Amino acid sequence: MSGKAFIPRDSLGAALDRLSKKIEVWVPAMSEEGRWGVEFLPYRPGMRPVLDRQSTLSPKRVVFPQMETLLRFEYIKDPDDPAKVKFRLDDGQEVKPQFVFGARPCDVRGFFTFDRVFTEGPFVDGYYRNRRASTLFATLVCGEGDAACFCSSVGSGPADQAGSDLWVTPVDGGYVVEALSERGREYVALLGDAPSELQEAAARKVQEEAAQQQVGDPDLVKSAPSFRGRFEDLDYWRSMVSQCLGCGVCTYVCPTCYCFTITDEGKDLKGERLRSWDSCMFAQYTSEASGHNPRPTKLERYRNRVGHKFSYFPEKYDGMIACCGCGRCIRSCPVSIDIRKVVQELKEKANACA
Amino acid sequence: MHAHNPYLPELATIQEVIQETHNIRTLRVTLDDAEKMRDFTFRPGQVGQLSVFGVGESTFVINSPPTRKDYLQFSVMRVGEVTQRIHQLNAGDQIGVRAPLGNGFRYEDMKGKDILFIGGGIGMAPLRTLLLYMIDNRSDYGDITVIYGARSPKDLCYLYEFEEWRAGNINLVLTVDAEFPGWNERVGFVPTVLKEEAPSPKNRLALVCGPPIMIKFVLFGLKELDFEDHQILSTLEKRMKCGIGICGRCNMGSKYVCLDGPVFSYSELREMVPEM
Ligand SMILES: Cc1cc2nc3c(=O)[nH]c(=O)nc-3n(C[C@H](O)[C@H](O)[C@H](O)COP(=O)(O)OP(=O)(O)OC[C@H]3O[C@@H](n4cnc5c(N)ncnc54)[C@H](O)[C@@H]3O)c2cc1C
Ligand code: FES
Repeated sequence: MSGKAFIPRDSLGAALDRLSKKIEVWVPAMSEEGRWGVEFLPYRPGMRPVLDRQSTLSPKRVVFPQMETLLRFEYIKDPDDPAKVKFRLDDGQEVKPQFVFGARPCDVRGFFTFDRVFTEGPFVDGYYRNRRASTLFATLVCGEGDAACFCSSVGSGPADQAGSDLWVTPVDGGYVVEALSERGREYVALLGDAPSELQEAAARKVQEEAAQQQVGDPDLVKSAPSFRGRFEDLDYWRSMVSQCLGCGVCTYVCPTCYCFTITDEGKDLKGERLRSWDSCMFAQYTSEASGHNPRPTKLERYRNRVGHKFSYFPEKYDGMIACCGCGRCIRSCPVSIDIRKVVQELKEKANACA
Repeated sequence: MHAHNPYLPELATIQEVIQETHNIRTLRVTLDDAEKMRDFTFRPGQVGQLSVFGVGESTFVINSPPTRKDYLQFSVMRVGEVTQRIHQLNAGDQIGVRAPLGNGFRYEDMKGKDILFIGGGIGMAPLRTLLLYMIDNRSDYGDITVIYGARSPKDLCYLYEFEEWRAGNINLVLTVDAEFPGWNERVGFVPTVLKEEAPSPKNRLALVCGPPIMIKFVLFGLKELDFEDHQILSTLEKRMKCGIGICGRCNMGSKYVCLDGPVFSYSELREMVPEM
């Protein structure tokens, strides 16, 4: 096994058909109602992956579904006394191996934030860990990005291989696929025949060019340590969020936003405890019984979001920024709030005041 | 799911329910798995997530001490959906318990010190666990003074054990906001009573828990008495879901109340982002 394959462009469907017979495959494709644009969907024969632009939604849901069952409970009634009820609990989780074809380096990097929180703390979230461990990523070598991309600002880049099992390089006429991990190697032969020397050389060239790309300001995160000094500068935050609608789309599309809520749902004598995506941009997120809310307005909520990604997270996890630079929050924001500008000016304005 | 799933509650059975006040009930529960009940360990100040299946989970301090393990005690103030349902439960009913969670008090470091407990309303719950622990290890501590206040005598919890506290050589100062027929203890707000008592800060720790407004004025009072930040401990309350540092809800800056708290010293709080 060479560990490399070439998929001619017009055979991509056939390659994914073969692959999907062995493993559940997810590809970026136009969502059915077109509501979200391009999102990661379970591959079905005939589906056309969209690989020429970044997906609107990241593949976050492949590993961290928008809603999932944490446990099922059943009411066991005492036949002699209908008022007496006991419970039976079941936390079984079904996990299938899955293969994400056509993620981008930023998408994969997003999961590094999750990994720290869900698998490396004093408590391990088995639901996440199991699904993460059984998911492979075949990642596209990226290009110069668009006006919202800034992966190089957060320590990544268009040729960042971290976290990927296979490497997919678009070349003339198709894709050169290359295994990066042992488990990725198992799938290479299934995807196509070995590439020609010319194709390999073309792929190398694309990769080298990608590695040269500087996507976004490399000095951006140097402003992050100014966050704490800026915390109580309410004018600053007001000016940054005055237009915010509090819609929460930035958290929804974000590959690193992981906050969730837990709710119970019951029907008849059975029910489930569910975990669903939540958003720190919503008022109810922190509101308390007394009516008190530690983050009462969008100002505190947005400040917390920026702080979490660029100050609190690095403080807790040896400098790691909880942002992968994908730019989705910028692209999706109805009022065009740009997190790069917010972070950048933490420092610039601080200097101006000093 | 294999190994230990931190989201999976233990089933437990309510042994006894005590109606403390018009809106506070105390539950005494035991884990159904006798072995787990026997091996259950925790420190005063740690919390549990109680589940009413079909309604949800909420956070409550385990307010019995680790020295008394016949049952785990929780006192629940009725404020919303889950607490409302908990108030409808009776002895013999089953609930779910995820515990112990959070840091708890570092009682090892308190040995040899004088202690001042200041509690308001339901805020006495997290203090009670440590207070009883200290009564059970009385010789390890110096003077123990408790200032406990509520709106009226009807709003005080644990009335039935004040005698035991006093018998445990506790200087118990009870106060209510306004005169009340038959009330022979103090009258006045907790911060005012603190001023009157004026306990010395020398070799003393102050442990404060209660409504935010009480905490605010108690802090002023303690500062006036020359307590330093590191001598003042409090338990924070934030809305919680997972209770295990993952869901992201309960943060103050990089600290999570469910993991790093709920007990913090005022010197720690000063280091944190001011987002109370
Ligand atoms: C560390 C800790 C220890 C606690 N210990 C106790 C205790 O010993 N006894 C006790 O009675 N209460 C305690 N609480 C508060 C208790 O958890 C909440 O009152 C309870 O979760 C409300 O649940 P509910 O479903 O009845 O309310 P909901 O129906 O969920 O909500 C009613 C209202 O309460 C708010 N709320 C929900 N959860 C909380 C929360 N955790 N804190 C503040 N407001 C909240 C909601 O925003 C809403 O406004 C503690 C909280 C924490 C964080
Ligand atoms: S309650 Fe989930 S992080 Fe604290």
